Amino acid sequence: MLEGIMIGLTTAFTFSNILLVIGGCLIGTFIGMLPGLGPMSIISIMIPIAISIGDPSAALILLAGVYYGAIFGGSTSSILINAPGVASTVATSFDGYPLARAGKAGKALTVAAISSFCGGTIGAVLLMIFAPALATVALLFHSAEYFALMVVGLSAIAAFAGTGQVVKALLMTVLGLIMATVGEGALFNLPRFTMGIMDLQSGFGFVTLAMAMFALPEALYLVMDPSRSNNEAGGEIKDLRISRAEAKEIAPVIARQSIQGFLIGVLPGAGATIASFLGYAVERNIASKEDQEKFGKGSLKGLAAPEAANNAACTGSFVPLLTLGIPGSGTTAILLGALIALNVNPGPRLMVDKPEIFWAVIISMYIGNLVLLILNLPLIPYIAKILAVPRNYLIPFILFFTMMGAYIGQNNATELLLLVGLGICATVLRFADYPLAPLLIGFILGSMLEDNFARAMQLYDGLGFILARPMTMGLLGIAAVLIILPSYRARRARLRAKGIADGD
Amino acid sequence: MALDRWIALIILMISMAYGYAAFFTLDVGLPPFMQRNAIWPSTFPKVLSVLAISCALIILLGQGKGDAGPKEGDIDYRRLTDYNLGQAVLLLVMMAAYALMLRPVGFLISTTAFLTISAMVLGERRLQYLLPITLLATGLVWYLVQQVLGIYLRPLPYFLGTGG
Repeated sequence: MLEGIMIGLTTAFTFSNILLVIGGCLIGTFIGMLPGLGPMSIISIMIPIAISIGDPSAALILLAGVYYGAIFGGSTSSILINAPGVASTVATSFDGYPLARAGKAGKALTVAAISSFCGGTIGAVLLMIFAPALATVALLFHSAEYFALMVVGLSAIAAFAGTGQVVKALLMTVLGLIMATVGEGALFNLPRFTMGIMDLQSGFGFVTLAMAMFALPEALYLVMDPSRSNNEAGGEIKDLRISRAEAKEIAPVIARQSIQGFLIGVLPGAGATIASFLGYAVERNIASKEDQEKFGKGSLKGLAAPEAANNAACTGSFVPLLTLGIPGSGTTAILLGALIALNVNPGPRLMVDKPEIFWAVIISMYIGNLVLLILNLPLIPYIAKILAVPRNYLIPFILFFTMMGAYIGQNNATELLLLVGLGICATVLRFADYPLAPLLIGFILGSMLEDNFARAMQLYDGLGFILARPMTMGLLGIAAVLIILPSYRARRARLRAKGIADGD
Repeated sequence: MALDRWIALIILMISMAYGYAAFFTLDVGLPPFMQRNAIWPSTFPKVLSVLAISCALIILLGQGKGDAGPKEGDIDYRRLTDYNLGQAVLLLVMMAAYALMLRPVGFLISTTAFLTISAMVLGERRLQYLLPITLLATGLVWYLVQQVLGIYLRPLPYFLGTGG
């Protein structure tokens, strides 16, 4: 292994490759900030440039820089204007945006950058050590287990429901799942619930829904209640540093979520989105009572967890790509395309035949993460200044960028009308205290859930797969615990308040 | 009846219509070979409609304390007219207009108009700052999206060509 690291280092540490990493990180960060352009689209835009470089290691180093930059850029728009442009940064906005509103935008971005860095770096270390071993484990996951894993992800809704809100959160999740069934699924070749409208044939767009659920209601709230925008400290640079106590608070969270996120990322198809939701849910469930109250209102733990998990999972998704040649996510699928175009065939033989490429990718992950941190920490005060833009300018621009996000993805003006309509619905739902995050989570996981469920049903000709596969049973058991635990805790708290529970 | 129950009622009606479609209309044209499958296109929607209807009914008929009143820092919908409701509605109208105008009028004009008028709706009056900023931003975004990223956005009105 040491020999491999040396090969990787000598490949990666040339002047031109370091320039490529820096350039990639910058491009990724800035384009990633636009909602609607996630890592996947940015990497596919960069592929022609990468291929024209000719050297596979250099091309991969550039793409890795773009990848990490895009992930960080996506978190920025989640934190600053509550507009998550990528599914995996949705969980970042749950606590990142409240922090920004409390005038701690700089600190939130710093925590996000550091958590991303740690998640990515720990992920890269794990990738280096465990890649070959993990590849075989990932193959043990069949559609039945994926279905169960999605159920675990959905049971995360328990994490977003306040007391007495569980039914509302559940209803919103189901509504999200219902919206995911609109359009033509991959499995059935049959348009469902489109009501004959052509534009619904491909279903609702993710970016449209994300903007309608989060960014648009928030912008409308800012318009309706000007005092909301005044109480944020105008993006001042104060509070940029993380105190020692805060560092102590988030360090275990980052460590746990980096490992958990990496393991989820290794599974093909699960990816960064589920890792970030699960990371958030798990951290909330194991936090102490006081800390739990803070989740969703600007908790540093709640911000660090999804960020670390998300980045570690992105690194983890390289395991099946590099060792088996199976892309585990959309982004790695595009990377696979780039690799093949560069005459590199990822698979079990890659480590033997072309070790310099395998190790260059891993080393470029370290460099990408490090460069990102070094570049972004000084930039954070300036990025946070976005919030200091006068309200009369900021709001039209937020609205404009949400619309651009929805439009660029689909190139369809009807999508914009849909955005406005859904945004109004979301605002009314928010008036009545319905949580909106579960709806979006349901929507994101809905199609994956149904596809895997359908596949498992077909393979086992019925529901038998639940009993036949112990891992499925185990995962469904975890899901049940995730849902029951909060209500059990609430019950205990109620009983304790009456002074009964202490006796047991 | 509190707003959240009204919403539950509306969702109930939507999910009943959805359930009707799932149970009675979706499988009509299903080819015979697919009917032997363990799972039909309507299986998952059927489960979802039952779940949605039961959740909505629990909220609608539940003995919950109903509305706990407005939370601090949140908008109280009972006093909606105390807020800048007009501005919000105008901005939504602007967004809808933008959606309809984007294709026929072209990106440059419609975006500049959207940004300028929206800012004026919010109370900005200093056109000498506003216009240059919106023009610059529009041009910058157009350049980035069309020229750098290569995603087509028709810049000019339809009668002036495609701006290709």
